Order: sequence, then C-alpha cells, then structure tokens
Amino acid sequence: MKHITVTVNGVRHEADVEERELLVYFLREGLGLTGTNVGCDTSSCGACTIHVNGESVKSCTLLAVQADGMEITTIEGLATNGELHPMQASFQANHGLQCGYCTPGMIMAATSFLKENPNPSEDEIRHGLEGNLCRCTGYHNIVKAVAAVANG
Amino acid sequence: MIPAGFEYERAESVDHALELLRTKDDAKLLAGGHSLLPLMKLRLARPGTLVDIGRLGLTGVRDAGDHLAIGALTRHHDLNNDPVAREHCPLVAYAAGLVGDPQVRHRGTIGGSLAHGDPASDLPTICLTLDAVIVAQGPNGTREIPSSQFFQGFFDTALGEDEIITEVRVPKVGNAGWSYLKFRQRALDWATVGVAALVGSANGTIEGARIGLTNMGQTPLRATAAEAAMAGAPRDGVRQAAEKADEGTEPPSDTWASADFRRHLVKVLTGRAVEEALSR
Amino acid sequence: MATTEQPAANIGARRPRKEDPELITGKSRYVDDISIPGMLWMYVVRSPFAHANVRGIDTSAAEQAPGVVGVFTADTLELGALVMAWPINDECKAPPHLPLQKDKVRYVGDPVAVVVAETRVQAKDAAEMVSVDWDPLPAVTDIKAALAPDAPKLYDDLESNDAGSWIFERDSPAPRRAATAPFFDDPDLVKIKEEYYLARLIPNAMEPRGVVVDVNSAMGEYTMYSATQIPHILRTGMAITCGIPEAKLRVIAPDVGGAFGSKLEMYPEEALVLGLAKHLGRPVKWTEERSEGYVATLHGREMYQQIELAATKEGDLKAVRVKLWASMGAYMRLITPGIPMLGAWLYAGVYDPEAYDFEYTNVFTNNTFTDAYRGAGRPEATYAIERSMDALARELGMDPVELRRRNMIDESKFPNYTIVSGLTVDNGNYRGTLDKCLEVLDYDRFRAEQKARRESGSTKVLGVGFSTWLEMCGLAPSRVLAALKYIAGGWDAATIEFMPTGTVRVLTGVSPHGQGEVTTFAQIAADQLGVEFEDVEVLHGDTGVVPLGMDTYGSRGLAVGGVALWKAGEKIIEKARTIAAHELECSEDDLEFSGGNFTVKGTDRSANIKALAFNAWSAHNIPDGMEPGLTANHLYDPPNFSWPNGAHACVVEVDTETGSIDVKRYIAVDDCGVRINPMVVEGQVHGGVAQGIAEALFEEARYDEEGNLLHGTMTTYMVPGPPELPSFELDHTVTPSPTNPMGVKGVGEAGTIAAPPAVINAVVDALAHLGVTNVERPATPERVWNAIQEAKR
Repeated sequence: MKHITVTVNGVRHEADVEERELLVYFLREGLGLTGTNVGCDTSSCGACTIHVNGESVKSCTLLAVQADGMEITTIEGLATNGELHPMQASFQANHGLQCGYCTPGMIMAATSFLKENPNPSEDEIRHGLEGNLCRCTGYHNIVKAVAAVANG
Repeated sequence: MIPAGFEYERAESVDHALELLRTKDDAKLLAGGHSLLPLMKLRLARPGTLVDIGRLGLTGVRDAGDHLAIGALTRHHDLNNDPVAREHCPLVAYAAGLVGDPQVRHRGTIGGSLAHGDPASDLPTICLTLDAVIVAQGPNGTREIPSSQFFQGFFDTALGEDEIITEVRVPKVGNAGWSYLKFRQRALDWATVGVAALVGSANGTIEGARIGLTNMGQTPLRATAAEAAMAGAPRDGVRQAAEKADEGTEPPSDTWASADFRRHLVKVLTGRAVEEALSR
Repeated sequence: MATTEQPAANIGARRPRKEDPELITGKSRYVDDISIPGMLWMYVVRSPFAHANVRGIDTSAAEQAPGVVGVFTADTLELGALVMAWPINDECKAPPHLPLQKDKVRYVGDPVAVVVAETRVQAKDAAEMVSVDWDPLPAVTDIKAALAPDAPKLYDDLESNDAGSWIFERDSPAPRRAATAPFFDDPDLVKIKEEYYLARLIPNAMEPRGVVVDVNSAMGEYTMYSATQIPHILRTGMAITCGIPEAKLRVIAPDVGGAFGSKLEMYPEEALVLGLAKHLGRPVKWTEERSEGYVATLHGREMYQQIELAATKEGDLKAVRVKLWASMGAYMRLITPGIPMLGAWLYAGVYDPEAYDFEYTNVFTNNTFTDAYRGAGRPEATYAIERSMDALARELGMDPVELRRRNMIDESKFPNYTIVSGLTVDNGNYRGTLDKCLEVLDYDRFRAEQKARRESGSTKVLGVGFSTWLEMCGLAPSRVLAALKYIAGGWDAATIEFMPTGTVRVLTGVSPHGQGEVTTFAQIAADQLGVEFEDVEVLHGDTGVVPLGMDTYGSRGLAVGGVALWKAGEKIIEKARTIAAHELECSEDDLEFSGGNFTVKGTDRSANIKALAFNAWSAHNIPDGMEPGLTANHLYDPPNFSWPNGAHACVVEVDTETGSIDVKRYIAVDDCGVRINPMVVEGQVHGGVAQGIAEALFEEARYDEEGNLLHGTMTTYMVPGPPELPSFELDHTVTPSPTNPMGVKGVGEAGTIAAPPAVINAVVDALAHLGVTNVERPATPERVWNAIQEAKR
C-alpha cells in the first residue's frame, strides 16, 4: 500500500492505495465518484476521461499512486455553484447523448480540447475527440454540442 | 483491467532511479505509462517493480545549436506544441501530434515511446529518419546511441535494463522539406504503415531524401533503396523511386493489413510523402 | 371550477431530455456503480480453446487464495439450462445451454468455473489459479466448413452442425404470392445471382455488462440489478434457470449504457450471479471486462447470402429467391435461431415482384453465440436486396434510381397492402422519400461531378449508393409470434396514475437505455391528458415498480409501449369524464375535453383533470359504485407490425491507390410516421447510420484457424471514432400509420437497416468504371484495393 494525497474536485483526500489500483477505481470505489465510467480495458474508449492538472487524461491508464499530489477534476466537479458547465448544458441542448455512458468522458475531453483550441473547425473537433468512442449518437450531435460552446 | 501485483517506487532523481533499477527485482521504468500500463491491465506484462520516473523533470525542448535537445519526459502534447521544435524540426513536432489521441498525448513521453521499441509507433520512425541521437544514462555514466543502432528488434532496443533515456537529440532540419504520412483506418489506431520523409531539393532535383518506415518490420526502418533512388532524381521521378520503398522490409500480416498490402501501401505513401516534402 | 392554461403542444416538439441532467453530471447509476454491504465478487474462468473436452478442473489452489469464498463448477453449483425462447420449427436443434460447461467447451470464452471472493482483485487473481485439464479438439468457425461432412461436430448427439432450416413455403404462416421457379425458368427474363458474406459483428454498447444480486435470505427474496434491456423477460427466464419463485425475484435495469441487442439476452453470468447469491446467501457482483465481453457477449449477423432476381429486360422485377446460411455460434441463446427469420418477409424490400422464395439454414460453429444485434434480420434483408438491385441495374444498363422507382410498391394501394411475402404493410412513402433524398443530394450534379473527377484522371474517385429501405418493426403481434413459434407475446403495458397533487406517474413496460422514452412518453401523456410536461414522470426498468412489460427491442418502444400508454390515457380520460359529468351535473356527451379541461358544450363551465384526479383520490364525491382514484392500465397487443421506410444516399470518395474510403456525405430521408420528438428521432437515425457505416466499412470479428478471436479488444475491433464519420444530412416525410391512434411506427433500427448497402453501393459505384462489381464488407482499404486489382485482371 502507498499513501497518497490528491485534490479531487477541490477537495483534498488522503488515502492508502494498493500499488496496482488504477486511478479510475480509486475515484469510483475509493471516493465514490462513480460518474467516471469504465468502457474498455485497452485505453481506447475514453469513457474514463478526467482532468489531471487541467488536461484530459484516461484515468484507466494512470495508477492512483501516480496521481499523488495532483489536481483532479471529474465530471462531478465540472459544474460550479450548482450551475452546469456550458459544455454540459450544450450536450443536453443539442441531444449530444443517448445512453449517457460515454458522456462524462466525452464532456471532459471536449472541455480540455476547447481550452487548447478555442475556435476549432468541425474537423478539428472530431480529431479533438478522437480518443473517445460513442456508440449511440454517431457523434453528429456531440460535434454540434462542442461547436455550439466554441462559437458561444 | 486489473494488473497483476507489483511493487512501486517513485524515483527522486536519475541516480535514484538507476539505483532502483539495479536493486529491485524485475524492475521496469514507468514514465507516462501509456505503453506499459495497457499491457499490464491485460496482464500481458507483469513487472515485479515499477520505478516511476514521471517526476524527474527531463522535460522541454532546448535549442542546442545545430540540434534540439528534447528531454526524455517531454510529453507528446508539449512536443507537438513546442515553438522551438515547430520552427527547427517540424517533422518531430508534427508527428508527436499524431501519436495516440489527445489524452494519450497528455501523458505519453518521447523517451517512453522510444524505449518501448514498438515498430508500429510513430516517434521511433521519426527519430530514425532524423538520425536522432538517444542519450542514455546508466551506472557507468552517459552514452549517446545513434538511432540507427537503437532499435534492435521487435520491442527490443539498445537501452540496457539498467539505463534511462534522458534526452533525445534531433537535428535542425533547415530548409529541408518534410512529411509524415500515417496510414490507418481510425485516427486512434497505430499506423498500418507510416512513412516519414525529409527531403532536400534544388532546381527541381532531389538532392537527398531520408525516408523512415513505421510498421514495416521488426523495428522502424529506413527505406535505403528508395533513398538511393531518390537522390538525384527529378521531381517527376519520385513515384518510380518510391517503388523501391519495400526493399528490405519484412512487414507483418495482422487484422489491419496483410504483408503484401503493406508492401503496396508503403510505395504509394513513400511517393506521396516525398512529394509532400517537396512541396514544403 | 378553476381551469389552467392550455399547455403548449408537446408532441412534435424538440423537448430537451428529462434523462439528461443526471447523465451529464455524473450522477447516473449504472450497474457497476452499485455496491451493497457484504457484497462478494465473481470472476469467470473461461475456456482458452474453441473446442475441447474438459478432463478435470482443479480448484484447490484458488480456494486457498486470499479472500476467496468459494470456487464453483457445474458439479458444485447446480443451475438449469438458460431459456431459449424461439424454437423456430420442429427441425430446430437447440441442445440445452448450461451456464457452466461440464464436459466440453465449444468456443473461446465458454465458462467452466467461477471464483467468488471478497474483492474484485482477489477474485481475478484467484481465477488465474484454477487449473483445467483440457483436451483440445479440432475447431470449426466457418459456416461452410462446419457443414462439410468431415467437419468437427460441436454436439456429439447431433448428426452434424446443421441446426435446421426454415423454409418460407413450408414454415411461413403468411403465404407468399407465388413460387419463383417458373420465373427463373423463363428464358425471356434477365436473371442475376449475387452472393454476399456478412461478417460477424460485436455490438459494443459502451457500458460493459454487469450484474449485482442482493439477497434477503430470510424471505428468500432476490433483487437483481443487471445491465439488461429486458428486465421483465429476464425475471421469468432467471426464475426458471435458477429455481427461484418468480414472485420473489425483482429485476432492475438501472441506467443502462446502450445495448443494441447485446442486452436482449439471458446470459450465463446473470444466472451464475443469481445462483451464487442464492447458494451463499450474500450479495454477489460481476462486472464484465471489455476484452472478456468480446467473447462473452453475443455477436451478430454472420451469414452467407445468395440472392437471385428475375426481371424483364425493361426492368420489371418478377421474382426474388433467397438462401441464407447463418452462424449460430456454439449455442442457441435466447432467440438465436429466429434472427434470420426477422428478415424473411423483407428480401423484396420496397419492391413488388410477383414471386418470392426464401429459406435459411442455421449452423453451429465454434464461436461466441450470435443473437439480436440492432436491426436483427432486417439489415441482412435490406443489404441483399439493395445490393442486388444495383447489380440488376448494371446488368440492365439502367440507372439504379430509375430501376428502384419503377419497381416500388404503388403507394395508391395503401393502406394495408399485402406484399409479395404475404404480410400486410400499413403504408409508406417510397417515391416521396426517394425524391426528397435525390433533391438533397442533387443527383444530376453529383453524376456530373463524378464524371468530371474520373475524366481528370484523379486517384480520388467518387461514388454514390442508394438504399430505399423498408422494415417491419414494432415487435410484435402476439398471434403472429405464436405462428412463428416464439414462445412469448409481443404486447406491452402502460399504467397512468394521477397523484393527489395533480402530477402524473407513468409506468411503462418498455425498458429504455438511451432511447429517451422518459421524455417522449411524458410528451405524449402531457398532450393527451392536458397536463404540464414537467408534471409527468415516466418510470421503467424495474419489475418491482412496473410489474408488466415486454421490454425494449425491435423498435417497439413507441410503436407498442407508446401506444399502450395512449390507450391507458384514453381510459383515464373516460373515467375523468364520468367524474366531471357527475360534478358538473351534465351528461358525459355534453362534455368536450381539451387542454386538460372538460367543458360543458356551449358554456364556460368546466372541470380540470387535476382537480378531478384529487376528487377521485379523496373519493368524497364520486359517482356511486365507482372505484376511487384516477389511474388506468392498458396492455396493448399491436394488430400489425409497423412499417417505416426511407431513402438513404451515401457519397464516398475512394482513393484508388490505397483503397481507403472517405464518406463525404450521408443523406437519410426517413418516414417513421408521426414523430413525437424530432430531436430524439434524429438522434436515433444518426446513431443507426453510424453503426451501419461501421458495419460496411470498419467492423468485423474474424477468427483464426484455431478459433481465437482476432478482433478481440477495442484496439483491434474497429468501432469508428469521431473523425471517421461525417455529419449526416437528414430529412423526412410523415405518413401516419393507420394501425394505431398516434400514427407512429418506430425508428430505432432504421439507420442500421438502411446504411450498409448504401455505403457499399457507393463504393462499388465509385469503382464501376474500373470494372468492380462487389467489395466484401467491411470494405477495408485492402479489400477495396484487391477488388480494383482483380477487376484489372
């Protein structure tokens, strides 16, 4: 076991974690933040995307011990003061989700992407989300939702 | 989705990491973890100890005169966006932006990518094409390994089990044209075939071309026959010279493509890459 | 009486979904989010061989591992066979499928033992310590090879791997118009014969499967949380397999992360978790790992198709004759043998030939079992007819659009026209959707651009492909199901309850998992009852809350469950009318109902339904003999399938040097009858089309000669990402179905049914000038390039 300290959604947590515990399981089972989903076991699908120090990362491909000392934001921490993040609101307004399973990861990837590229073309949005798979929407409305936020 | 058990040590310095490598059982380095952890999750890799070198610094791109010194732990994302790299060696900056996906590029590092030695990976090919020098530190000090000697076999490199890559030196490419064509069906896939080209030309004639190939054999390869055929060729002779791009390759057959199709693809892509390089 | 303002119309409005707030904030609750105190974890030990005898299983080391509560095999955990619900005819071979195999395994991934431990990690670690003595046998994974006389047999007790045939002439309850033989013997007719192989597919719902069973041992009560699309059917099946009284089993489908047929199943793992919870008296959980799911969760669609068309030289289609050979995989699961039959009446598509023949043969192979995957049977039919119509057009030298238009069923024959395969189509708009599609496409301009591109000598050539599709959905009339030997019914149930506060609770027997019925059903109820959309809550997916239902599959949510809701609403209104007449002291006939108000004709005297609901609840003043409360229940058995249709066009650019394909445009003009929420309808089409494009260009599950799945992880199985797909261009027409009072049809599978032939027809069209007539799907760069090379020879 290793002792770690992480700040998740602005709250400091200390915990003893098994060396092999993936960050996503620490968040889900250690902290009860089950909004971050697990969709694959090959770092392909992006359902587990969170922000580490403000950037999108697949939390299935980081050990909890590696996250020691880091600032983490999960989907639960995206809304501020009860107000939805514009990306969350845009996903609903544009019907950018159906079953919702990929959605937290998709939203986290999209918010990170727009920080890096605030005025993307449609093609750039699609590539900006290339690490996230969705099986319901065909991406059409996801791309629309992200574009709507970018064009604000 | 759950790795087999292992010990974990966080290295506080390069020397500390070297000591851990020496003293711990079956130790492996963990940098960004984006090559190693996926294998561990499927239990295809089961190291005894992970030595986490993720906090050793060793990041950033430095202008070192005739070359750029890239810290081994420079993330693909940072390399892709680095103004110095973009100015002096756009090939490596561009290719770093094609590795994996944005999340992977936020964690994966150039040193980790090279040490993994995956012939389907992009940056090894780029380094081989650029004749990059890989700087490794070991118990006996530092050595400089030319990329031509670094990639020795399938997931096998010249890096000793007790060594750490600290820096990657890539030449400034001046006015040479460049291209990297990564052929794959999905953006998130590895290259079915990748072709990197660095081309110097004058008066409509190719003075010299360096051509590197991804996923065409056990290691990244140089298309030496095609390079020779390109040298001195006129611009409209590129496609003909590219016909030699598969010489000396031993491409794999897998779910993405047969070896024969890869041989075909590499010729087309080589022609296109050199043409694109000439246009830059 | 107080009256409220009439709410704005909901039906037809693009209402943002009620489902979304929890899903976009991470407050959703999928099965893997559920944890119960004292819960154990199950891990499944699976066969690494496609075919092997099991000589013995040594569990002793695993039993000693940390945290292990028990290791169980078929000898130590007794369970019945999993239910198979569709024995298509007397020929159908369906050996019992047990949750754990005892003597023999038949595919890579076949479960032989389970480890139960205190934690997920302990269960997985210990599973590696279970030692099985395998005796590997030769395996067969190809359909045709499995039918060879010397093929390895999956079932020693059966004569061969032939699992039985279903022949239209003999087995269809609806007689076809005429036999095809005379037409194929007619020397004056043009005949074509096409053969297609449809690759095996893996559904890939983003949420892997999972099961948690909570147990109350004292009461003998069990609550199963499963990532399922069929909680009601599952309850019945699990009660049978696990020997638990059905009344003591509650099945909950919490938030379910997509399914596409893959969760329309009764799985070994569901029975195992329930069986273990019963055996151990503790809650048990299992969560599928994705790579595990690739072998453990059902596959779809692998078949060989042979389709023959006979037509006049002028292009009048006379006869369609079809033979299929379908892979069952290793076991008959819930409805495996009947999947190809779901297309049996559709191989003539929207066309109106004079004769029809169809038959299929089911074949056991050493692969994961197949079963329903989005569209189930209907994409296969649409692919065969829409590809072969293009082939016929080439043979006749006709434009594929003109050939289609010429042969489409004459819309003037609607409503209720009996098509060549003997079923009665409610109605449709075949030429209308096609015209709109051509207009959006700008067909003439495209052909000019295509020609110019070819003449320029560019290596990037253009092609367009069409798919004018028809499906039967809204599964299904129970009497028809009976005639097809399906053992359950096709009705669905809805309950509407007015709460004392005036809000409305809707219970629906369908079990949505992304389709949005919490929103669309609220839209229906709000308009019908004249209440606010916000005041309607739709509950589903829990047999403890919604006791009756037939769940979600086959584009039936709206066409069956939604109509059940409407019918329940009619009952509510009638009861409210009686109370209103009582209160207003008038005859019921004098009342008009609109916007939630019963108004005495020609007066301003009215009563609002919410107030009536309160009075019905308080029961202070209701008519003599009336039951208190304003609530109604309806079980709706559809009298017919519903028959949506549409016209899709795909434009591709093919790189003739590399074989890679860029989907430039995708146009979908669909007619699914009345649309409750166009935004939701469009979302269904988008997703369906994306899966259809994926099927045509990317996805396949191939096996090596030993029977190992080659596309066994998400890195090798090619679910397309955002950059691989275009934005879609959608349009629609509305032809209300006469079958139900709302005029609705269903749209969940439309895109998946329509898209594959449109895409492949486009690829072939792009390469037609090079002599290419077929590209096997998925049309990977290598297959495309090979097709070009073969055409050159």
